[in-house]
Amino acid sequence: MYCLSGHPTLPCNVLKFKSTTIMLDCGLDMTSTLNFLPLPLVQSPRLSNLPGWSLKDGNAFLDKELKECSGHVFVDSVPEFCLPETELIDLSTVDVILISNYHCMMALPYITEHTGFTGTVYATEPTVQIGRLLMEELVNFIERVPKAQSASLWKNKDIQRLLPSPLKDAVEVSTWRRCYTMQEVNSALSKIQLVGYSQKIELFGAVQVTPLSSGYALGSSNWIIQSHYEKVSYVSGSSLLTTHPQPMDQASLKNSDVLILTGLTQIPTANPDGMVGEFCSNLALTVRNGGNVLVPCYPSGVIYDLLECLYQYIDSAGLSSIPFYFISPVANSSLEFSQIFAEWLCHNKQTKVYLPEPPFPHAELIQTNKLKHYPSIHGDFSNDFRQPCVVFTGHPSLRFGDVVHFMELWGKSSLNTVIFTEPDFSYLEALAPYQPLAMKCIYCPIDTRLNFIQVSKLLKEVQPLHVVCPEQYAQPPPAQSHRMDLMIDCQPPAMSYRRAEVLALPFKRRYEKIEIMPELADSLVPMEIKPGVSLATVSAVLHTKDNKHVLQPPPRPAQPTGGKKRKRASDDIPDCKVLKPLLSGSIPVEQFVQTLEKHGFSDIKVEDTAKGHIVLLQEAETLIQIEEDSTHIICDNDEMLRVRLRDLVLKFLQKF
Amino acid sequence: MLKSQDLSSRILSFSLRLAGIFAAQENCFQYLQQGELLPTLFGEAGPLGGAAWTAPTVRSGWVQGLRTLARHPSALRFLAACGAVDTIFSLQGDSSLFVASAAGQLLVHVLDLAMRGPAEGRRGPRARDWPACAQKIVCHIEDSLCSAATPQVTQALNVLTTVFGHCRGLWTQGLWVRLSPLVARLLEKDPVPASHSLVDLLLSVARSSVLSSDRGLWETLAQTLSHLSPTQAGPLALGILKLQDCPQALRTQAFGILLQPLACVLEAAAQAPGTPGLLEGAAGDSMTVDTLLSSKSACVGLLCCALAHLGLLQPLPQRPSPWPQVPLLGAVVTILRLCSGSAAPTSDVGGRLCAILVGCGRVQRAALDFLGALSQGTGPQELVTQVFSILLEYLMSPESSSMVLKKAFQATLRWLLSSSKTPGCCDLDPHTQQFLRELLPVLQKRLCSPCWEVRDSGLEFLTQMTRQWGGRTGFRQALLASEVPELTRQLLRDPESYVRASAVTATGQLSGWGLRATPASPERPGAQQESLLGELLHILSTDSEGFPRRAAMQVCTEWLRDGRADVAEDPERFVAGVLQAASRDLDWEVRAQGLELALVFLEQLLGQRGSRCPYSVGLPETAPPGVLAQALQVLCRVQLFEFAFRALFDCDRPVAQKSCDLLLFLRAKAASCGSLQEAGDSPSVASVEATLQRWQAGEQGQPLGYLEPGAIVAVLRSVDLEGLRDTLAESSDHVEKSPQSLLQDVLAAVGVLGENEADCY
Repeated sequence: MYCLSGHPTLPCNVLKFKSTTIMLDCGLDMTSTLNFLPLPLVQSPRLSNLPGWSLKDGNAFLDKELKECSGHVFVDSVPEFCLPETELIDLSTVDVILISNYHCMMALPYITEHTGFTGTVYATEPTVQIGRLLMEELVNFIERVPKAQSASLWKNKDIQRLLPSPLKDAVEVSTWRRCYTMQEVNSALSKIQLVGYSQKIELFGAVQVTPLSSGYALGSSNWIIQSHYEKVSYVSGSSLLTTHPQPMDQASLKNSDVLILTGLTQIPTANPDGMVGEFCSNLALTVRNGGNVLVPCYPSGVIYDLLECLYQYIDSAGLSSIPFYFISPVANSSLEFSQIFAEWLCHNKQTKVYLPEPPFPHAELIQTNKLKHYPSIHGDFSNDFRQPCVVFTGHPSLRFGDVVHFMELWGKSSLNTVIFTEPDFSYLEALAPYQPLAMKCIYCPIDTRLNFIQVSKLLKEVQPLHVVCPEQYAQPPPAQSHRMDLMIDCQPPAMSYRRAEVLALPFKRRYEKIEIMPELADSLVPMEIKPGVSLATVSAVLHTKDNKHVLQPPPRPAQPTGGKKRKRASDDIPDCKVLKPLLSGSIPVEQFVQTLEKHGFSDIKVEDTAKGHIVLLQEAETLIQIEEDSTHIICDNDEMLRVRLRDLVLKFLQKF
Repeated sequence: MLKSQDLSSRILSFSLRLAGIFAAQENCFQYLQQGELLPTLFGEAGPLGGAAWTAPTVRSGWVQGLRTLARHPSALRFLAACGAVDTIFSLQGDSSLFVASAAGQLLVHVLDLAMRGPAEGRRGPRARDWPACAQKIVCHIEDSLCSAATPQVTQALNVLTTVFGHCRGLWTQGLWVRLSPLVARLLEKDPVPASHSLVDLLLSVARSSVLSSDRGLWETLAQTLSHLSPTQAGPLALGILKLQDCPQALRTQAFGILLQPLACVLEAAAQAPGTPGLLEGAAGDSMTVDTLLSSKSACVGLLCCALAHLGLLQPLPQRPSPWPQVPLLGAVVTILRLCSGSAAPTSDVGGRLCAILVGCGRVQRAALDFLGALSQGTGPQELVTQVFSILLEYLMSPESSSMVLKKAFQATLRWLLSSSKTPGCCDLDPHTQQFLRELLPVLQKRLCSPCWEVRDSGLEFLTQMTRQWGGRTGFRQALLASEVPELTRQLLRDPESYVRASAVTATGQLSGWGLRATPASPERPGAQQESLLGELLHILSTDSEGFPRRAAMQVCTEWLRDGRADVAEDPERFVAGVLQAASRDLDWEVRAQGLELALVFLEQLLGQRGSRCPYSVGLPETAPPGVLAQALQVLCRVQLFEFAFRALFDCDRPVAQKSCDLLLFLRAKAASCGSLQEAGDSPSVASVEATLQRWQAGEQGQPLGYLEPGAIVAVLRSVDLEGLRDTLAESSDHVEKSPQSLLQDVLAAVGVLGENEADCY
């Protein structure tokens, strides 16, 4: 397994398995954008007037590229992303890419469009549709704020060394790339083939892959990759909580040789229920005080659950008159898509569709004008905007998107609150370019993915022979080294991987399935060598095509023909030697010795060895080595004696 | 009737119990014996061998019948003759728990009856002098104690527990001397069988006044403490420590058992070696450590028991002295930190404990309870600071469940109140003041929680705090500077009725101390300007749930009692409004509270009642006749009599009782000033009496109408309030227990009521 990403929840691994090369997810690490200055939708005097950064010795050659804000240094350029490793393996050799959820496909255009990839991508329909929305939003956020400048000087290794943290410690900055274009997105998505849960997909006859419901997001999947004798389970972003998606299919993960475990919760100490409570309480407190609430979020996922919680909560908390705004270029599509993927939803929501009712209550919120959605702050929104209000908008990194505008607008008042619910970005780092900030900041990350207790139960249930996981899961978090409960605890211990590492997966079985043609099977004459075990010799031609192996009857021996006839190429068959009979059985030493004595051998000595016995015929200076699967007669050039002894040995064995 | 083939099991059971009641009198017993009725019912010939015996109700009737019957020596002889004792032995293991338990008790009763005669007044007679019946029972107990089957041992131990718990005869001493070696032998087995029952027995013996001076007993107790596992020994240790007279060594040993789990935790989590522990030299008891680490359930069970036991012990006067307040505080804070994941133990055991306990709600609840109990003692300031900081951590943590939060609020309240008891100081110390500043934002957030239980606990906490500290400047300032009063008022419209009820109580309390929400600013939406009183009356008359209405009534009563300004302005109107709302209420507690309010009003008009006892009316202080006449006028205007008379015939007894007391009080007041002109036999009195009679009969549709004070006094005199009070004072099942009811049962059992009615009478 080639590990191309070091981010445990945005994995990208390539599995070479049974002559196929399978990429498992292609997550895009966007935390690199935290090193950049935000892209304001509306000209921000504060951001444009930030002082340039200069070295300690006063050298200011970087002041165009780097800006300083409240003691932090940011790159003043179009934000760039940290791609998965592209040098570890030739990505043009990848046969298929399996996508588990829409968050784990954001690097897809980089892989499919720039590496010579010619294979197929497999994903479920909601994953593709919502993934498209996320990509579209990302492209839109970045393209609508064009930035003339592109900083690259700071990436020079000699210069990077001189920079303050965290820029100094940023990894592989030379490989960081700008965002893709919509054209690349469309091209990448066109390579995707849609699949449904439990659908079996044959890859070159060698491997079968199957997506299973993982319970984390609409259409999210875990994957089973199996041959006839080996099974690898790929678990990525799964949830056992009752939220909107179909529940996780655990049973199908049983009997795996290897279970690759990624995408666990990023906040293992926070229970999503408690966090939702915090979210609601803080939201209500702020609004009651006349403040506004800003929720930086993705346009799909947890937002559906949050809106559902608020739907139940706002009336009881007396917030019915407060407007809720959802601002994203894809807000409308996201809200609508969520209502049409009924078959991918949990049972409760599925049953609503038959009533018929919309599965998510945000439909009612929209109908009653409590929730309004807009593609951007420009246009209709500015007419409707009323305060105090609650705004859901992207991007959670606070570096681009409409959220930048609201941070600038509301940051100065302590009445307002920004509530972080997405766990992907450190909220302190996200807030750094907005300092000093008067608005309240609440961190209630809601991550419904598996926690370590649930993983421990899952592993007990499905009992894989080996577990493979990112290194972050094999030890407690560095800040809480005593929390032994915050790591994967299994037997044998999990194998861990890190970015740019190649891991040999431990498969024990080494068999291939071979089919036998009926006429050949007919010709076999099995002989029972012990109860329940029959053997038959078979002479056949092994035919291998598309990774399928078939035993076919051997061609008939060539008829003796006159020397005049020319031999045809097809008649050039392999010589079938006369087969020696096969032997089976074991030699009982005591009886063998008695037989030897009966046949005139004397002075026989038997020695036990680790593997069997040695019978010494001292007079004849001969040695008979009897082991489980071989018998050797060692005598000094006396062929007569050897044949005599061989015949005595053969008496004890069966021939067929 | 017994010969009938298709006799139902219920009737048979009833017959057995009835025969038992009759035969409890020795002469009746003789009479029934002559008719051979008793052997037919209780002997071999009775239902014992028949198909009816399979019904548990029949077996239960048989045991109950014998239990009532066994009151005299003749009964004992009868029991021996009919072989009933053997049947009782077998019924001890009956599949019906009720029958099995009753059989055990019957056995004790028979033993007591048998022993009472010969042993009365004498120090236990020698075993061979014991009556045959007692011999038989004791031999059976001995056999059971020696049995390899745990259920048998349990039965024997349970019987003995009842014997030593209920029988006070000196013979019990002899019984213990005879059986204690067998009991001690149980301790040699591994594991000790029926340990729960054994602990119960030993504690029962130790509590028995006849036996508590036995030195052997203390030795057995000490032995048992050391043989049982830490989890099993906990209840015994607690029981020993609760005993009044007990050797000091045993108390020390028992206290050690309770402290052991906490000592282990303290040692495991100690940051540096040499930190003072709970138990000198014994902290690392391997058995306790093994139990703690063996499994999550064992660890949680042991810790919860230890914490609960210590919490029960803490307030007792006989608790061990010196009480290790400081290490206990340290241990419980450590446990809470382990549970929240904020502790960082360095030892291996500590790490494993942390992994087991983190997020464990059960231990959190038990520890918070105990922490609250420890607030009665003191501690060094550093430790108290730690206590407040862990409490704040729990109150703030989004991970705290609603139950944990409730406990955290309760513990916080106890610590806050105990920390401000500094004599001579009328305001809060700087530490408390600082804590309040951090606490109130948390409380604000909790009052907005989507979980109603959390909002409810927050409000309860606020109510209690305000009740205690409403007059303290520091508290008042901090509270008024926060959003808490405004949020509390908003919660009066909470969708959850419990929360509305708590909000009513909290608002009442805040308002009583003048801690009203700050006036709403013009730009603030939804601000309510209407008066709180109006809001309470609105709740009282419109809320669909009982709890908020009850709370509103209580607040109204308190306001009237305390003479709150807006009530005092026009108390008559206030009382009339509240009573009108209460009189229509379907909830009896609201009506009862309405009577309480009426009583407060009466007392304000006519002076205090002589006695607060609800069942007696003391000699009233005389009120000038003019005052009384005026008061009666007022009472008539607020329609208090209509309300009280209706309540007198309320279908809920407490309401009727309360009304009866109120009217008796009023009548006594009226009697003390005889000059008031009575209406006598005026037509209005007759009409009132007629209406009351209809009300009593259940026809409450007709109103009483406006009454003159004179008519009221006349009606009060004519109604038999004393008789009514006596009837109401009877227990609620007195009708079921009366002979009349028994007769009705007999008639119902016969089933042909109409035909045999005459014969029965």
